Amino acid sequence: MVVKVLTGNHAAAYGAKLAKVNFISAYPITPQTSIIEKLAEFVDSGDLNAKFVRVESEHSAMAAVIGAAAVGARAFTATSAQGLFYMYEMIWWAAGARLPIVMGVVTRAIAPPWSIWTDHADFLALRDSGWILLFARDAQEVLDTVIQAYRIAEDEEVMLPVAVGWDAFIASHTAESVDIPSQEVIDEYLPAKKEFAHMLDVEHPFSLGNLAFPDNYMEFRWLIDKSMNAAREVILKADKEYGNIVGRSYGGLVEEYKCADADVVVFMMGAASGDGMDAVDELRDEGYNVGLCRIRAVRPFPIEEVRKISQRVKAGVVIDRDVSFGFGGILAGEIKAALYNTDKKPPIFNIIAGLGGRDIDVRIVKQAVINAYRFIEECKEPKELEWMGLRQEVLIL
Amino acid sequence: MKKVKFIAPVAVPTIGASGKTGNWRVMKPIIDYDKCIKCMQCWMYCPEGAITVENDMPKIDYVYCKGCGICANECPVKAIKMEKEV
Repeated sequence: MVVKVLTGNHAAAYGAKLAKVNFISAYPITPQTSIIEKLAEFVDSGDLNAKFVRVESEHSAMAAVIGAAAVGARAFTATSAQGLFYMYEMIWWAAGARLPIVMGVVTRAIAPPWSIWTDHADFLALRDSGWILLFARDAQEVLDTVIQAYRIAEDEEVMLPVAVGWDAFIASHTAESVDIPSQEVIDEYLPAKKEFAHMLDVEHPFSLGNLAFPDNYMEFRWLIDKSMNAAREVILKADKEYGNIVGRSYGGLVEEYKCADADVVVFMMGAASGDGMDAVDELRDEGYNVGLCRIRAVRPFPIEEVRKISQRVKAGVVIDRDVSFGFGGILAGEIKAALYNTDKKPPIFNIIAGLGGRDIDVRIVKQAVINAYRFIEECKEPKELEWMGLRQEVLIL
Repeated sequence: MKKVKFIAPVAVPTIGASGKTGNWRVMKPIIDYDKCIKCMQCWMYCPEGAITVENDMPKIDYVYCKGCGICANECPVKAIKMEKEV
């Protein structure tokens, strides 16, 4: 094991290298570019034995990765925002063709207005595509999750692509000390990619991703859903075994922070959860019994985990770094849906904050929690949705 | 081919997967073997794989040839003529 000072993006490149990816194709886009630049360096120096295919667009990058994965390569790509949307057709193709690709998604706000800063709307647009969606908090978790992602994607019960998300700049470009596991340890954790039934082979030609008439299509969708549900156990096991072999684990589909005895739990995703945890500590010093549940997996969604936590609490606060216009936060919608058919549903307060890279700081999280407490104590009508940190002075109303 | 459980849609190429498409034909390509120079351009260009090579000569499989005429068009010595189906 070596400790290096790495940005989240370079940590992702080290993760892909340790996973011994043998095919990389990507198109540069801020804030993702430094991942593939680092991987290109690894390939150039001979530290990584992989084919690096330069392409003219993200659509082609995903198409190239699909081709490589279909013939059995361990393939990697990465993108952000507009680039992600440029490859959107191929993203659904990768899942439908059941190819265990891993993609880094450095979350970036969607244009217009142009922005290069973080916002989870791009990542969450993958929600229904059949990709497993994992989100990391910091550089160390990025490295570890990229490696775990191949274990999960290539599991026989799963065979689905995995997108690993992390926040632009806050995680992608902030340098932190990162433990880099030795190759021997990762080789023990992640065996070489196995052959699979629908792997293309020139000796036995067939085509992949064909036309299915109405009497066959539905079954393929059901199979994806089945595998996605099976992936819950696989994600938990992949995280646990990573803990046993490498020495770090994150809790599986969610990371719970001081949730056991909490009256109010804050649900968050990504880098700002770190500020959320600081807010929890400060609030506990001030006498509030608060916890934080960090969403690590958006698909498959941690339904059981969210239900278990929610049954114990008086209120939940969901801080979304995204918005589904005319509805509310996307994560809040998922959490509410997970709770609807349960007996004990706490009120859920949904906060929209931090869009386009605006800070989600300790104050925002604390204020959101204190508002929830005020509701519990005064039995006021819950305010379902609140935009926090809006600059009223720039809005012409 | 042995039966395998597939989770993704695959299609194994088989002859005549779309049925006997030869009866779609309006014009029928006929090779004049005296003119043929065995260049195999017709075999290369046939979009249906309906031309095979037998004893170094191209042979049209009329069960599947749709009569598109690409072979006749590509033939450099005009050894394939298109005749109206009767």
